[in-house]
Amino acid sequence: MRHGRYRFIVGFLAAPVLLYVVFVISPYVQAFYIALTNWKGVSANPQFIGLENFSRLLDDEVFWAAVRHHGVLLLVMPLVTIVIALFFSFLLNLSGGQKGGQMSGIWGSKVYRVIFFLPQVLAVAIVGVLFQTIYRPDETGVINGLLGKVGIDPVGWLIDPNIALLAIIGVMVWQAVGFYVVLFSAGMSSIPKDVFEAAALDGAGRYTLFFKITLPLLWDTMQVAWVYLGIAAFDAFALVQVLSVDRGGPDNSTTVLPLEIWRTAFNFSKFGYASAMGVALFFMTITFAALTLRVTRRERIEF
Amino acid sequence: MATDTRHKPSSRSGAHGRPRRRKNPLGVFGAMSHIALVIWAILIIGPLLWTFLASFKNNTEIFGDPITLPSSFGWDAWGRAWEKAHIGQYMINTVFVVVCSTAATMLLGSMAAYVLSRYAFPGNRAIYFLFVSGMTFPVFLALVPLFFVVKNLGLIDTHLGVILVYTAYSLPFTVFFLSAFFKTLPTSVAEAAMMDGCSHTRTFFQIMVPMAKPGLVSITIFNILGQWNQYLLPIVLLSGNVEDKWLITQGVANISTNAGYEADWPGMFAALSMTIIPVMIIYIIFQRQIQSGLTSGAVK
Repeated sequence: MRHGRYRFIVGFLAAPVLLYVVFVISPYVQAFYIALTNWKGVSANPQFIGLENFSRLLDDEVFWAAVRHHGVLLLVMPLVTIVIALFFSFLLNLSGGQKGGQMSGIWGSKVYRVIFFLPQVLAVAIVGVLFQTIYRPDETGVINGLLGKVGIDPVGWLIDPNIALLAIIGVMVWQAVGFYVVLFSAGMSSIPKDVFEAAALDGAGRYTLFFKITLPLLWDTMQVAWVYLGIAAFDAFALVQVLSVDRGGPDNSTTVLPLEIWRTAFNFSKFGYASAMGVALFFMTITFAALTLRVTRRERIEF
Repeated sequence: MATDTRHKPSSRSGAHGRPRRRKNPLGVFGAMSHIALVIWAILIIGPLLWTFLASFKNNTEIFGDPITLPSSFGWDAWGRAWEKAHIGQYMINTVFVVVCSTAATMLLGSMAAYVLSRYAFPGNRAIYFLFVSGMTFPVFLALVPLFFVVKNLGLIDTHLGVILVYTAYSLPFTVFFLSAFFKTLPTSVAEAAMMDGCSHTRTFFQIMVPMAKPGLVSITIFNILGQWNQYLLPIVLLSGNVEDKWLITQGVANISTNAGYEADWPGMFAALSMTIIPVMIIYIIFQRQIQSGLTSGAVK
């Protein structure tokens, strides 16, 4: 019996662990070593150069541009997404007044939820192609065509370095909001109904209901949302690669680290340098996740 | 607003027989919220509908007034996209890869999750954390070595390579989610089966898997969508001169670059519509499972 048990354990674990170690763990481990070499192609012998790649990173303007863009993404994208998603999920779940003693959503809330979530199932690359024509800089673009009808001059959404990144953030928000509406809705529906009933009996208005009751009780879910969106802000690869002018342009005004890693490795064959960027990205992501969990830690409200 | 409505009970609170504050769902706030919701809904549907209609337009119509209907509805552009732009080929490739890799992910992931959640043995926690740690690493860190691991195995530019890599990178979340799920299932049924002489393997496949169905469905949907929408891994792993093996996302991204040269914009929009519509249909049919499947990871 015992013998059969261990054979069973090993038999069940062997394939998944082998696959996982070969394709996931070993690349991650190798990346840290490759980052310390000047590996530049398949034939050339990589040399160990210590931290040279990292000191070069410090002087690399494109690298810092990418880091700045992650900063902007990290500030703007999660905030806008969460505010819009909270607003909508409040409307959809709790603003319809009471029905038979229960808080209900606004009329048609189910249909809205289905529509809002829809972009989430579309591939980011497809969404990028879709928005290329919408953002076209002259009147042939959808937005500029519409603006032209009301007499506004065309905006160079993707070709103006000052707004290109914001235009890309707009697409990220467009795609993400629905997911967080559903997530927050799930959070709101797990708040006991009598909390709202008691508040409503005490004469709490919609604003009190939202800011004093819903928001604090939703804190855990919001923390999760923040971490998720933050991690997405460190990615943005597919969208920037497909949507932006010249892949990260104009003038590197939209480039992000994943794009630079991909380009440095597979266009310029600087594998060591690309891996150093990967290591930098890794430490940024980890720091962000740890900080968020630390800063937003609060007394958990049990119900 | 609150004081205004106090003495004018709405039909709903009127039915309850006593006027309450703020019960009028058709107040200013209600109207405003409807407007906000409708605007966002239009922002979502508008671009998709525009793309669909653009596939029937000609180049002049596409770049003309954005709010017009096409002059005629012909399927030429769709035919061109399917045949000439190989959307059909990309679609079949993607279905093949995703079916294989999701099946492999679910089989290997549930096996590992089951053993790790139900059997105590030395090294159990170490293996579990090895899997879970994979969720925290950005895939871009592994990109360069991954390319060479796949290349050295002779699997670069092959579907098998993509399938194995998709499976491996889907394992961390699958194992994490499913081992939490297996823990919530009662142990008594499996024990009873073992008492009756059922082997470990049979207990798993015939008793535990059916019991874990809700969790398996959620995570299957999660993996299918995630792998179907993957863009980075195909462009890295199928980067050689193997256009016939491309997956749908890289195919469409490539068409959008080529549409400019060949001036076949209707064809590009037909290609886009073709990739969006099946996903939309599946989403509308399974929207409840998909919503819970995708968000369940965050709630856990």
